Amino acid sequence: MKHLGFVAGCLMATQAAAQTPVLNVYTYDSFVPEWGPGPAIEKAFEMECGCDVVFTAAGDGAALLSRLRLEGARSEADVVVGLDTSLMAQAKATGLFAETDVSAKYDLPVDWIDTTFVPYDWGYFAFVGNVGAKHPTSFKALAESDTTIVIEDPRSSTPGLGLLLWVKEVYGEEASEIWKGLANNIVTVTPGWSEAYGMFLDGEADMVLSYTTSPAYHIIAEDDSSKEAVAFDEGNYMQVEVAAKMANTDQPELADRFLAFLVSDAAQAVLPTTNWMYPAVMPVGGLAEGFKQIVEPEKALLMTPDQAEAVRSEALEEWRSALSQ
Amino acid sequence: MAQRPVAIGRRSGYVAAALILALLGVPLLAIFLRAGGGVLPGPSDWAALRFTLTQASLSAVFSVVLALPVARALARRRFPGRRLMVALTGAPFILPVVVAVMGLLAIFGARGLLNGVAAHFGLGPWRIYGLHGVVLAHVFFNMPLAVRMILQGWQAIPSERFRLAAQLDLPPRQVFRLLEWPMLRQVLPGAMAAIFAICLASFAVALILGGGPRATTVELAIYQAFLFDFDLGRAAVLALMQTSLVAVAAILALLVTRMDGSGTGLDRALPRWDSPGGWRRLADGAGLALAGVFLIGPLLAVAVAGLSGLGDLPSGLWPAIGNSVVVSLLSALSTVVVALALSAAMSRVVQGIGLLPLALSPLVLGTGYFLILNPVIAPGRLALPVTVLVNTLMALPFSLRVLAPAYLRVEADFGRLADTLALRGLSRLRWLLLPRLRAPLGFAAGLAGALSMGDLGVITLFGSEDRQTLPLLMYRLMGAYRSEAAASCGLILMGLSFGIFWLFDRGGGKSHA
Repeated sequence: MKHLGFVAGCLMATQAAAQTPVLNVYTYDSFVPEWGPGPAIEKAFEMECGCDVVFTAAGDGAALLSRLRLEGARSEADVVVGLDTSLMAQAKATGLFAETDVSAKYDLPVDWIDTTFVPYDWGYFAFVGNVGAKHPTSFKALAESDTTIVIEDPRSSTPGLGLLLWVKEVYGEEASEIWKGLANNIVTVTPGWSEAYGMFLDGEADMVLSYTTSPAYHIIAEDDSSKEAVAFDEGNYMQVEVAAKMANTDQPELADRFLAFLVSDAAQAVLPTTNWMYPAVMPVGGLAEGFKQIVEPEKALLMTPDQAEAVRSEALEEWRSALSQ
Repeated sequence: MAQRPVAIGRRSGYVAAALILALLGVPLLAIFLRAGGGVLPGPSDWAALRFTLTQASLSAVFSVVLALPVARALARRRFPGRRLMVALTGAPFILPVVVAVMGLLAIFGARGLLNGVAAHFGLGPWRIYGLHGVVLAHVFFNMPLAVRMILQGWQAIPSERFRLAAQLDLPPRQVFRLLEWPMLRQVLPGAMAAIFAICLASFAVALILGGGPRATTVELAIYQAFLFDFDLGRAAVLALMQTSLVAVAAILALLVTRMDGSGTGLDRALPRWDSPGGWRRLADGAGLALAGVFLIGPLLAVAVAGLSGLGDLPSGLWPAIGNSVVVSLLSALSTVVVALALSAAMSRVVQGIGLLPLALSPLVLGTGYFLILNPVIAPGRLALPVTVLVNTLMALPFSLRVLAPAYLRVEADFGRLADTLALRGLSRLRWLLLPRLRAPLGFAAGLAGALSMGDLGVITLFGSEDRQTLPLLMYRLMGAYRSEAAASCGLILMGLSFGIFWLFDRGGGKSHA
């Protein structure tokens, strides 16, 4: 009898599980670990949705989009979190994403008009160095200085692509000259952000391409204010991270609710100190103290997704040939 | 030889070879089908090919040439700590790439030990970044492997030969000409081809230490095609190019390799009476010391860097360790079984096929499997099995290089006797092959297990929430500013890799190594 009861219990449990809708969220790798924003957001959303949120992580933003393209219409994904402005045009062209009504009163330095992609956090790319060193404040000054930098490869990393677009946006036709000037400052190019930042911390270079928010991590999590980011005279290029609903989702309403939750106070308050970016909507409680100590660039640069898509191949070729000489 | 009934049967070897061809070919085919054909590589891809060939050739030559004196010294000298030194030669090779690069930079980097010492004497700073840095790193990774392969060759020369040489008072030059050179001709081409092929697929090391886009390898071009351009056709063509290069290298190696047993001995442990004294003794000592410092320095740096963060590791550590150990043990097991089957074919062609996975990009392989699985099942559910499969393929060439020559020697030396005794099939395996092959089997399994432990593999492509391996955890920590915890993860990873390697290698033990 005991056994029968157990079996019946199991059956009921599976039935109950079958009735709980599952929301599959595809995201990049650094979203899901226990120290990332994933677990807190999952917990908070599950409390109010009566659903089960399942994260699937795939590399970085570019790898995430590649994976979605590989899976195509058969993808189990309902929502994707973690594309950015330089991937948006490509992403939209795949037709894999659906429009959404979700919107919010964004605190972004740019106007947001897109109706497919919902911005959830953002940041400025910047060179980060140690406090006390004399840091150049423009690309031209950097090229003339003997400051050494380590950068990421635009072919395999998001910040690398950001830097490529940054230089192109500011210097256009002259971009190639700027890269030639920077060539002897560049210690090396790494496949991803992690290797570059690790090398900077180990003292291999004076500065590293990262975000203005990087020093906030060291202040808040490590009580270490020895790092600073530099605002450039030309302005700093932005990265806006976005989420979207999949066109083939079997949970369209739940997906919309998740997107709305992502820009609500509950999620936005979590993001700054887990993803180390600025929130897309300022949470009621404001930002942690550490964020107020970091530099804020005066000029925000951002290409439209179409512009970025149009110039990136040419910009890559300029970068490659300037640095290969 | 062709008519003899053989051990586990040649057929199993041919079946295994066909399986490997299928496991490599079908994913490529799947990508071509999906892409609707191939796309010819552009000018920057050809530049990448040129750089790849240059660095891989240089790395292979330097690794093997530098390994020669070390292997020879290890073969003819007996000293305390020799076993440990032989075991340590496995270590750099099995380190996760990023960990090893950080270790190398701690010694050779801008703030490294070397530049620190040089600055004292008013020298330097010396820059590691450039082709020389790439070759240095590849030698660090692969020279120990070459030492092991060559050392095995030395140990396969029957001890009676060396005793005879000592009795005849042959000078070292004659010992070399009569005993050692024929063995080297058998071992060196394979070692060189294997290392050439490993370096072909290098990507992170080449880019980081190469100092920028000049050092773009074909593997990086594949990443670009896949991530930046999402051009699957070009990615597949580039992968095919890479594999063809390995095939050419394998064919060349097989053409110059002579495969024969060096004659039968009584299979006894070998004290070497012929070891020359005088300056040669000093030279051997110096060579071993230099190699030791070169190999151990970066490892120590990794260990030291990892100590401080050990208290700060996330709770996901234990499940990640569990996943990694399971994947590693399964990969070791399946690799050795397949390698043994391939060896049983005793055919050069089959051995050549076994080398092919060396340069196949994990990214392309993973993508191919992904495309095949996707219509049937959500690929994320098979993350760990596919990781085992890809790790097995990646480790196979190394295990095969270790196992196949040993297998061939056993058959050449004892095969006729076994035939007379009508030892066939499983009983031949049990009474002749397994006992004779214990040492290479242990080494092969250790290599496969350790390689699999340290490899990030395809898990990122198939990744899902809860299937985290230790290398993935380490990358995630690195990606979240937590470099101290990541360094500790690296230390644990190194310890586990080494532990698995040591366990198998020791278990195979009883060789005179």
